[in-house]
Formats: sequence, structure tokens, C-alpha cells
Amino acid sequence: MAEYMAKGESPDILFWVGCAGSFDDRAKKITKALVKILHHVGIKYAVLGTEESCTGDPAKRAGNEFLFQMMAMQNIQVLNGYEIKKIVTACPHCFNTLKNEYPELGGNFEVIHHTQLVQQLINTGKLQIKGGGEFKGKKITFHDPCYLGRANDVYEAPRQVLKTLDAELVEMKRCRTKGLCCGAGGAQMFKEAEKGNKEVNVERTEDALETKANIIATGCPFCNTMMTDGVKNFEKEADVQVMDVAELIANAADL
Amino acid sequence: MDYLQNILFIVFVLAASAMFAMSLKQIISNIRLGKDVDRSDNKSERLKTMALVALGQKKMFQRPIPALLHLAIYAAFVITQIELIEIFIDGVTGEHRIFYPSLGGFYTFVISLIEVLSVLAFLATLIFLYRRNLLKVPRFHKSEMTGWPKLDGNLILYGEIILIIFIFMMNGADEVLHRRGASHADGSGGFGFAISSFLGPALFDGMSTHTLHIIERIGWWGHIGTVFAFLNYLPISKHFHVLLAFPNVYYSNLQAKGKFNNMESVTNEVKMMFDPNADPYATPAPAEEGAAPERFGAKDVTDLNWKNLLDAYTCTECGRCTSACPANQTGKLLSPRKIMMDTRDRLDELGKNIAKHGKDHDDGKSLLRDYITEEELWACTSCNACVQECPVNIDPLNIIMEMRRYLVMEESKSPSELTTMFTNIENNGAPWQFSPMDRFNWANEE
Ligand code: SF4
Ligand code: SF4
Repeated sequence: MAEYMAKGESPDILFWVGCAGSFDDRAKKITKALVKILHHVGIKYAVLGTEESCTGDPAKRAGNEFLFQMMAMQNIQVLNGYEIKKIVTACPHCFNTLKNEYPELGGNFEVIHHTQLVQQLINTGKLQIKGGGEFKGKKITFHDPCYLGRANDVYEAPRQVLKTLDAELVEMKRCRTKGLCCGAGGAQMFKEAEKGNKEVNVERTEDALETKANIIATGCPFCNTMMTDGVKNFEKEADVQVMDVAELIANAADL
Repeated sequence: MDYLQNILFIVFVLAASAMFAMSLKQIISNIRLGKDVDRSDNKSERLKTMALVALGQKKMFQRPIPALLHLAIYAAFVITQIELIEIFIDGVTGEHRIFYPSLGGFYTFVISLIEVLSVLAFLATLIFLYRRNLLKVPRFHKSEMTGWPKLDGNLILYGEIILIIFIFMMNGADEVLHRRGASHADGSGGFGFAISSFLGPALFDGMSTHTLHIIERIGWWGHIGTVFAFLNYLPISKHFHVLLAFPNVYYSNLQAKGKFNNMESVTNEVKMMFDPNADPYATPAPAEEGAAPERFGAKDVTDLNWKNLLDAYTCTECGRCTSACPANQTGKLLSPRKIMMDTRDRLDELGKNIAKHGKDHDDGKSLLRDYITEEELWACTSCNACVQECPVNIDPLNIIMEMRRYLVMEESKSPSELTTMFTNIENNGAPWQFSPMDRFNWANEE
């Protein structure tokens, strides 16, 4: 971003990478896939790089409003400093926080989730997937991230995107508004679960495996981790892949 | 002598109404113990939501079979209120079926409609009793559904059956009497109501006119008696939702479910910290005279807002929230329904204490720990499934979050991994222990 600034230009969109997308080895692949897509369609995009910080989402969900607001104000200062108008992010938690919780603290941006952006790119013909890519005959099921689905009522964008692949889209018995959480939200990602008789991600992976899908598609780095662990739990890594929508599209479009 | 029934009726109505008014007043003043939250915006959208979700029971139809059964009982309940107008006027004036002569065919139609709906409601009630007690629907058999809540669920169904029996005693006996020209209503030759014109003769034909008059009166008094018993039972029961569902849905949160409320009090302090001109040694702005410093988050029901408390009184204990809750499904202690029931029970307790000992009485108890444990609160994934599922737009998640806020910001109590996560965010700008300088490394890796 600083480079654009130096040149006196401004990007069309800011890609908010998020902590998982920056540090988590698995999630970094999602980041790179999205970057490939952005690059391919020639959008002028920027990232904050080391100037980005945690949005504060996990702190807020864990009850630490102080810490959340400190992070939020810091980020808002940076974003407003660069006069950012539009943000895309591959993390539904960042998406929700930036979109819904920053305005009251002085951060007003148009925020979209990467599945929405990709859908727009496909709809406007900027991104074309020739022949549906390498997914012919495969079954894909989409796991709704809570913070994309129920929290923000985005259910169709990722599905529309997946439909452009030459694959069969199958639904789990609990999907859309009834989709079961992967178990990571509300800061659960960062702690052991309370005492119970099962892990939430195992319960959810059962739903996914029931569909006999070859690929579990997600739109959230945390869901991705949880579902990947779930699949490992059933020792199905060889048969079932967990992939982000952006990765599937980048693959299919040969990027 | 003739006026005895009228006087009895009036006394009875007044007593029942006064009792109900008193319970209602208590509940309203309990709800007022909550903090303020502004839900006065967007009137038209609120009305629309109320029409769809409360009146139209939109969310119930996610599960069509119970929705239809519930609808039968609900429709019978609403339509029967029309008949109640007549019963009421008859009771005060000593008339009998006062609208019958003037309304003619329309009267027959309305009463027939009530009868048909009553039969449907009767069947629905039997199925509900069977479902609740004999079928193993898991959400009716969770740990919070023992004792009173369980009895409460059944009592209302028994009451419904009794009510319907009274209606048919009343109409059935009157039908036979009318055919004999012995009814107190105008005319003769039978009323021709849809059900009782068959049921009445079948059951009562052989009986003496005197006996029939008694049966008719038992039916009439039984009907109105059950209605008033029901009215006064409502405030201590989950069935209060028949009334509160409407305001509760009207005042529901219309914003994105993922948006958690901003804490103004925190914003002010954080802004101070960011403001380079702020004098760090300045004494904080003097609090309003006598006002206790505001607590962050919720330890007790009085720290919640009035909508949380209205939610608690509206909860139907149906358990749709709990059956969708990922934590509950995987055996954790958390049950969003229990959160609502606990809030209501604690609020009732607090209200009674205030009535007895005055406003500032401290019973040494609180919602946190005496009712809801930390373990329950920390099991929530904030997935919003409970909020989504609730047929009357209750938000258990908001209460959970307020209580987490209290734990973290007032008591600095959180699971140790979360404390570490906080430290990481504070020091590294990320929930994990990575150096902020490495944030952009992904761009140069292959
Ligand atoms: S938000 Fe919390 S309480 Fe509600 S369903 Fe999800 S995990 Fe359960
Ligand atoms: S909160 Fe809503 S869904 Fe849950 S038991 Fe109460 S009424 Fe039912």
C-alpha cells in the first residue's frame, strides 16, 4: 500500500489478508490463490503488509472489548490514512468485523468477501473458467462459514462460484441457515473445547463425508483448518480434500 | 335469585382480571430493571417482521409438522376469542347467545368455525402430548426440562383438552335443548353448528331437560373458568409467549447477526488513550452524583438490557435453539435454552426480593455462577444458530457475550489459552505468537 501512496495512486481495492492468511501455512495458500486471481483479472489491488494488524475479532468474541477497540482504532487510523474505500478479504471473521463493527468506530468501508468478488468477476466475464477445469465428475460440497452465512446472510455467492466448475455441487443435510458450525468461532480456535463427548469439527466432518463429496469447499481459513483436522480424524485425507473456493477457482482457471 | 349468576360472573371476571393485571405489572417492572437499548427505529420493517414471524409464524414452518399442529391450536385459540365476547356479554346481562337472533347464518358460521378448529386443536393436542411424553424428541428431554418446565409443557395441553370438552358440553347440550324448544336462546329447531349438531344429539339425546340445562351451564362456566385460569397461569408459564411473542418480535434486532454491539463506555476510554492531547493524569470526568460506576458486561440480570429480559419472558422453552447448538450437540454443558430459562428464573427471584425487601436489597446471588457457570459461557462458538432457529427471535448469544465481557473485563477471568491469545494480539497484532514484521512474508514464499 505504501508503494501506491508513494506514487500518488490509489488502488481499486484493498486486500485485507488477515492473521490466518498471513501466518498460517495452510491459509497462506488461500491468500496466494486469491492474489493470483486478482492479478489475473488486472484489478489494482493493494495489501497493507506489515501495517495490517488483527481486526480484533477473536478478542471481541472472547469478551475483551477493550482490546478489540484498541485494535480496531489502530487499523481504522491506518485505513483512513490511506483513504481506503473498498476492502476484500478471504476471512469471514475479518469480513464481519470490518463491515459491521468498524463503522461505529469511525471506519466506513465497502467490504466484500472474496467469494462475492469472485462471483462478480465471473458474472462480468472478467474471469473465465474454460471447460470447468479439472473437476469433471467430482463432487463438491460447500460448508457455510457461520460469519459469512448466518451472520451476514451470504449463502449464494460461493455456491454460484462453485457452479461454474464442471463438478457436481452436493449439499450437506445441514446447510445454509442450518449449517453447523465447524467449531472454531467465538475464539474457540484458540482454546481447548469444554468437556463434552465429541469435537464439533468431527460432527461437522461427518455431515460432509456423508455426501460422499471428493472436495469440501470452504470460504474461511478457520473452517478450513477445522475441516482438514476432521478429515484427518477419519483418516480420509487420501480421498477427501478441503479447499477454499479461491483455490478451486485459481486451479480451474489454470492460474 | 336470577341475578345471582350475573353477580357471580362479574365478581369472577373482576377478580381474575385484577390478578392478571398484577402479575403483568410485576413482569413489566422486572423487565424495566434492564438497561436501555434503542429499538425505536425502523417502525415499518418492525411491523413487517412482527406480521411474518409472530402472527404468520414464519420460522415455525421450518419444521412443517409441528408447525401445522401448533397452528391448529393457535388458530382455535384466536378464533375462540370471538365467542368469548358473547360469553362475556351474556354473563353480564343474563342473556343467552345474545348474537344468535340478530346474526343468523353468520352466527352459525362463526360458531361452526370455532367448533371445527376446536376439533383440530383437540387432535393436535393429543399428538403433542404423545410427542412430548412418549416419542423421544431429544429437545424435550434435556436436563433443563425436568420438574416444573416439564409439567408446564404438559399442563397447558391438559388445559386445552378440558377447555374443548367444555365447549362441546355447552354447545352439544344447548343443541338438544334448542331442538326441544327448551334452550334459553331464541327460536327452536336446533342451531345447526358444524360439530355439535351431530355430537350433541349423539351424546345427550336421552337425557332430561333439567340435566341438560345443568350440563350446558357446567360447559359455559367451565369454558369461561378455564379461560381465566389460563390467563392467570400464563405469567408463571412459558405460555406467556402467546402475548409476548408480538412485542418481542417487534423489538428484535434487525441488524446483521454477526454485528455485536459496540460498548460506548469502552469507546470513550479507548479514544482517550489514542488522543495525544488527553492529559493522562487528569481525573476521570466526575460520575453523576451517586451513580454507581457502570459495570462492563453482565454479572446479573440487571446488567442486561430490557430486550434480553423480554426475551427471557418470551421463551417458549421449545429447545429449537439448543437442538441446533454445536456445543450442545457435542455434549457440552451449554444450552441456549437454559441460558434463557436461567435469566427468567433469576429475574423472577430478583423481582420477588425487591417486592419484599425494597430496591436495594442484595441477596448475594447473581445470574453468573448461581445460575450460569463459566464453563457454559466458554463453550459457545458464537455461531448464531440459536438466534437463527428461535421462532420468536430471541437472542441467547447476546447474553452469553455480555457475561463473557464481565468475566474478562471485570474479573480478568478467561481460559488461560485465551489470555495468551489476548497477549499475542496486544504484542504482536495477531492471535498467535508471530512477529508482526513477518506478516508480509507470504508474498516472497513459494
Ligand atoms: S451461538 Fe453459542 S449458544 Fe448459540 S448455538 Fe452457537 S454455540 Fe450454541
Ligand atoms: S430461545 Fe427461542 S428457540 Fe430457544 S427455547 Fe426459547 S423460544 Fe425456543
